[in-house]
Amino acid sequence: MATETLLRATDVGIERGYRRLLTGVAFEVGPGQIWQLSGANGSGKTSLLRAVAGLAHAGVTGSIERTDSCLFQGHANALKPLLSATENLSWHPSGGVDCSDAAVAQALAAVGLAGLEGLPVGNLSAGQQRRVGLARLWLAKSALWLLDEPFTALDTQGIGMLATRLDQHLEQGGGVVFSSHQPMALSRSVAVLALDDYAA
Amino acid sequence: MPPDSPSLPLASFLRRQFKRHWHGALRKPGDTFNPLLFYLMVVTLFPLGLGPDPEVLATLAPGLLWVVALLATLTVAGKLFASDYADGSLEQLMLAPHPLYLAAMAEILVHWVMAGLTLALASPLFAVMLKLPSQAIPSLVFSLLLGTWSLSLIAGIGAALTVGLRRGGALLSLIILPFMVPVLIFGASAVREAANGYDAASWLALLGAYALMATVLTPVAIAAGLRISVDN
Repeated sequence: MATETLLRATDVGIERGYRRLLTGVAFEVGPGQIWQLSGANGSGKTSLLRAVAGLAHAGVTGSIERTDSCLFQGHANALKPLLSATENLSWHPSGGVDCSDAAVAQALAAVGLAGLEGLPVGNLSAGQQRRVGLARLWLAKSALWLLDEPFTALDTQGIGMLATRLDQHLEQGGGVVFSSHQPMALSRSVAVLALDDYAA
Repeated sequence: MPPDSPSLPLASFLRRQFKRHWHGALRKPGDTFNPLLFYLMVVTLFPLGLGPDPEVLATLAPGLLWVVALLATLTVAGKLFASDYADGSLEQLMLAPHPLYLAAMAEILVHWVMAGLTLALASPLFAVMLKLPSQAIPSLVFSLLLGTWSLSLIAGIGAALTVGLRRGGALLSLIILPFMVPVLIFGASAVREAANGYDAASWLALLGAYALMATVLTPVAIAAGLRISVDN
């Protein structure tokens, strides 16, 4: 794979529960590019993201090439409710996320959770938990980010914060693929992959 | 372009994984010590149900102590991997550069310390409650140490396969019970031999062999099961 391309999907088809969701999906993510997967509920946004991440293989056809330097953030935040935000963020199984104490404290401050680091995550609101999960984006060193509905449960300020971070990542030459129903306003143009066009 | 993610050393990967589950287990002592409480309750009930005759209790004790240990493991088997599956940690582990079975082993180790090691260490107390001859107590502790490790690993296979199902409990027991039966036979036999004044070493050796085999073979099955559960 050429070094410039972070992700290349060619003729990807997805089948789920004996039902064909998508056929012929093709897109390419290079440095500084951001793609939005849009489509109605059940159009296959999550399935496509999971296939691209390499989590789903059953029912996936076509070819997907992507860099190893990749961060996936799913619907679930990968947080343990009984552990504090700091403890949660100091765990990550890949080297692509900085788990040092200083970086974690900084990331939590960046998502506006300074002062709540020590509380069990289960005591935080859904939006705050989402912020803890997304704080990984401030710790991530990976080039390619795959984000499933990153704006869910966030307030307007949170959405603005995340958009700024995405801009920053793109500025540094990273790539992003995210799924969302709503149009997003970023300083860069967002390429939209309307999955309804690929419905089988 | 940001630098490529540096790989995480294996030792830190295992330490992080162990620490996360260890802290999690310590935060919910109610859940964690459930097997021990279960064991205590059932062992307390036997003398009430069977009558306080020391001879009868001593005859039955080896089998009872082992059956209850197996059931205690079974009660918590479904908890393995359940929270990891629900909260998305499992997806992160699958995308990690290190093998999934190592992460699973770290979690099972924590699970065993809580559900197996504590049981084995507390078992002399239960042995006294059931009038087990005192010369059999070392065999009981040692057989439980070896046996519960096998049981936890076997429980891991069933838990990995059923973690994505809404009501996997019955299926889980059905999958893992056949593999647990040899452990029960070896363990109970070791204690019975020792109680009768014979050498239990051969039974303990069989338990040890079973534990070694489980340590080598189950991680592969557990990782495969987890992949199937996530990939659906």
